[in-house]
Amino acid sequence: MGDLPLLILLGAVSVVAAIGLLTSRNAIYAALYLVLNFGVGAVIYLVLNAPFLAVIQVSVYAGAIMVLFVFVIMLLGAERLAPADNPPGETFQRPLAIVLGVVLMVAAVYVLFARQPPAVAAAAPVDTSPAAIGLMLYGAYSFPFEVVSILLLVAMIGAVVLTRNK
Amino acid sequence: MDSTTFVTFLSTILFTLGVMGVLLRRNALMIFMSIELMLNAANLAFVAFAQRWHQLDGQLFVFFVMTVAAAEVAVGLALIVTIFRTRRSTSVDDLATLKG
Repeated sequence: MGDLPLLILLGAVSVVAAIGLLTSRNAIYAALYLVLNFGVGAVIYLVLNAPFLAVIQVSVYAGAIMVLFVFVIMLLGAERLAPADNPPGETFQRPLAIVLGVVLMVAAVYVLFARQPPAVAAAAPVDTSPAAIGLMLYGAYSFPFEVVSILLLVAMIGAVVLTRNK
Repeated sequence: MDSTTFVTFLSTILFTLGVMGVLLRRNALMIFMSIELMLNAANLAFVAFAQRWHQLDGQLFVFFVMTVAAAEVAVGLALIVTIFRTRRSTSVDDLATLKG
């Protein structure tokens, strides 16, 4: 497809940002790498014909969730992370985690490329405007929508109760 | 390789990087950010398949995943702040009082 070189470039930036998140010693730098990752994700959504999700990603993920992270990092003074050293008696955990992570990656990539994807019939491109998403959200998915709204209410109450000074 | 396969491959790579971040980091905030990376990788896979099959349901699921992620981040950060108030440390190694 014509989008593939652009997607490869965006994917490379995204993976580099994720590796930067993993290896950063400073929590603020790690949060900024994650913001970069979310921004690149938003551009990928634009390429994949999801403009509503691209804007939602920027405004909710990068704009609200990561801002909350940065607030909490600065509140707790965690931007200066302690140097990583294993607790005594548990020196096998770090190499084991790396080995298991690599095994997971190899297995997932193998499953992805082991079988041919089924052929998709040439269907008409679907309307991805916010109007179409809204119609589906309030139509076929109205019950999950209500459940998610109750979930947000519960999360809000939980956050207030947890941080209350007794 | 078409774009759907590549984006799913990218989602796989990002997800396993997030898993390694959860396993290797000991600061609770870094673990949390790796969890957000994993959720973002799953969202990428959803959008790739929504674009492939020309259905909007995948994008709607991403909407719900983002909402659930926002709720989870709110509660999780409230927990981390509360734990930090008593223990003055965000390292998960210090949260070992349930060790049997």
